[in-house]
Order: sequence, then C-alpha cells, then structure tokens
Amino acid sequence: MKEDFLIPSIGRTIRETVPRIGMATRFLAGSLTAPIRRDFSFRQWLRQVFGLGVLSLALMVVAAFFTGMVLGFQGYYALVRFGATSALGTLIALSLLRELGPVLTALLFAGRAGSALTAEIGSMKATEQLDAMEMMAVNPLAWVVAPRLWGGIFAVPILCVIFDLVGIFGGYLVSVPILGVDGGTFWAQMQANVSFHGDIVNGLIKAVCFGLVVTWIATWQGFSAHPTAEGVGSATTRSVVMASLTVLGLDFILTALLF
Amino acid sequence: MNQRSIDWWVGIFVLLGIVALAVLALRVGNLAGFTYSRGYVLHATFSNVGSLKVRSPVKLGGVTIGEVTDIKMNPKTFMAGVTMRISPKIRLPADTGASIYTQGLLGEQYISIQPGGMPQDLSPGATITMTQGAVNIDQIIGQMVFNKASGTSAGH
Repeated sequence: MKEDFLIPSIGRTIRETVPRIGMATRFLAGSLTAPIRRDFSFRQWLRQVFGLGVLSLALMVVAAFFTGMVLGFQGYYALVRFGATSALGTLIALSLLRELGPVLTALLFAGRAGSALTAEIGSMKATEQLDAMEMMAVNPLAWVVAPRLWGGIFAVPILCVIFDLVGIFGGYLVSVPILGVDGGTFWAQMQANVSFHGDIVNGLIKAVCFGLVVTWIATWQGFSAHPTAEGVGSATTRSVVMASLTVLGLDFILTALLF
Repeated sequence: MNQRSIDWWVGIFVLLGIVALAVLALRVGNLAGFTYSRGYVLHATFSNVGSLKVRSPVKLGGVTIGEVTDIKMNPKTFMAGVTMRISPKIRLPADTGASIYTQGLLGEQYISIQPGGMPQDLSPGATITMTQGAVNIDQIIGQMVFNKASGTSAGH
C-alpha cells in the first residue's frame, strides 16, 4: 500500500491542509467584509449578540467570581510568607486584566457559544439549508456567518470587561473581609500599579482577537463539516479543541507582542 | 424571543460593558496618570539613577506631581538624563533641585523635588542641574564597614 508510507502521507496531508487554510481565509474575508458590501442584516447581528453574549453572561459572572476568589486565597498564601500582602490587590487585578480575563472568557466562550455555533451551522449544512440559500441567491456567508462572526467579535470584549470586574470584586471579597487585608491598601496599590493603556486596553485587544479567532474557528468548522450527523458531531468537538488550543497559543504570542 | 426584547437585552448588555469598563478605568486603573500627558516636560541629569524606572513618581513634599517618562544615558557626559512630566498646575522656581530617594528601606525609587526660592519659574523643557543621584545601599554599608575597620586600626 503506497499510502502507508510516511513521505506520501506527508505530501497528502499538505495537499489537503494548505487548500483548507486558503478556503478558511477566503471564508473569513468573505464574511468579515459583508457589512462593507452592505450585505449585512443588523437584526441578525443583534440576535447573535444576544445569543452569544447575553446568554453567556451568567456563566461568565459565576466563573469570574470564583476565579477571583481563588486568586485572592492563592495570592494571599504566597504573599503572606514575605509579609507582602499589601500587593494582593495588584496581583489579583494584573492577573485578571492581562491574562486570566481574556483567556478564560475565550475558553468559556468556545465551550458555551462556539460549540453551539458549529453544531448550528453544521446541521444547516447537513439539512442542505445552506445550499437552499445559494439556490435563492442568498449568500450564506453574509446571511449566516457574518452576523455570528461580528457578534462574537463584539460580545467577547464586553464579556471580558465584565469578567475582569466581577473577578476583581471576588478577589476583594476574599482578601479584605475574609483574610483581613487592609482595604485601603488593596485599592491604592492596585491603582498605583495598573495602567489603563498598558493593562486594561491591551487585555481588551486580546479579547477582540480571541473573539474573532474563536468564532472564526467555530463557524468554519460548522461550514466545512461533513453533512452527516457524525460529521457535525466531530466538527463540534474539533471546534472546541482547536479554538481552546489556538486561544492559548495566541495568548502567548499576543503577550509577547503587546506587553 | 421577539425582536423588541432582544434589543432591550443587547442594550443592557452593552451598557453593562461600558459601565464595567468605566469602573475598571477609574477604580482599578489610574486614569489620573492621564493628566500628566498634558503636563510640561522637565529634564534632570543624575550621576546614578539607581532603580528608577519610567512611570516612577515625581514628588514634591510627598505629593505626587508628575511621573518619569524617559531615562537615557548621555554618551558624552556619561550622566543619566531623566525626562519627567509635571502637572501643569505646579510651577517650579528656577533654582529647584531634584534627588532620587527610596520609599522605605527597600521600596521603589522616586524623584523628590526641592523647590527653590527664585521668582523666575523653570520653563517647560528646562533642565534641573542641582541633582543628587540615587544612594547605593551596598556602597554605604561598604563605606561604613571600611570606616569602622580603619577607625579601630587607627585607635591602636
């Protein structure tokens, strides 16, 4: 069997992967430019911001609250050995604003909303709804994908800001009333060391990038899924796995570039 | 879900985001630092800046009135040139001095301004020449030990 040899299989993988990357890029460009081509439904976009953003809010708030509380406990445990508990506020705020806020928001978003996007678009494809749209001269990239993509890009930064704020509040609740760190020092140290541009805005830039990447992967996996029940299932799994790994890898690159 | 309630929910969602960002900016971040971007620039040359960093505070009588924006080495004089931005409300006399002090024993370093008494003000972009660089704790301890040792040997 020729196909079992290593070198031909490398060739085959490249031959299959490279056009897929090209198609995914064309897919992204075609959907992102839909508002410029005035082929964009504002109503559909609002509906997606609701589905992707508002409905994820409760999950984000609960996750952020516990993340902040754990950061408070863990930071206190490490800092109290050096008598440096006055830096606890700074530690919590910087960890959340720079890394944990954007990354955890994106990971939860990939699990909560990305998987649903892939399954939705995948089953649209399996039931030939996308083909039917093309038959009616409706561009599925503009009508189905663009509102979801822009909805994700718009919703993730907002979710991230709320995540940051709730997380810091959770950290405060553990540090000041429970562990007895001085409240004034907690906020003053935080304010002295957190910069609006360097930390808050850069965290938001990360969140925008993650929102784009997660929704891109989710919609593309749905769009290119095998039009069978099994194909939709495996596309959904791949969507969450790929989106999560890409977020973690991209986070490293963005941290190196931005900070 | 009809369109109207979706509009409402998305509106609330966006407002929540804006409020959260405002709270982060004002309560967590120091947007107050932004006021210095409208301040005026002063330079000062030091023989040693220690661990002074960009964004270190500039204080007058313990009150922060500006921040360090740039630290450079002058290749001709081998002196460290520090650029700082001072709040536009504070006008300093021309014979003002600057020193680098440390907050507490091991805290971060800051520039302390000692205002002079001349009627003329330092114009924006002027250089403070009466400066005292950072004190190196290792050096002081070394000198102290050396003095102690030489003192005892001299007594014998």
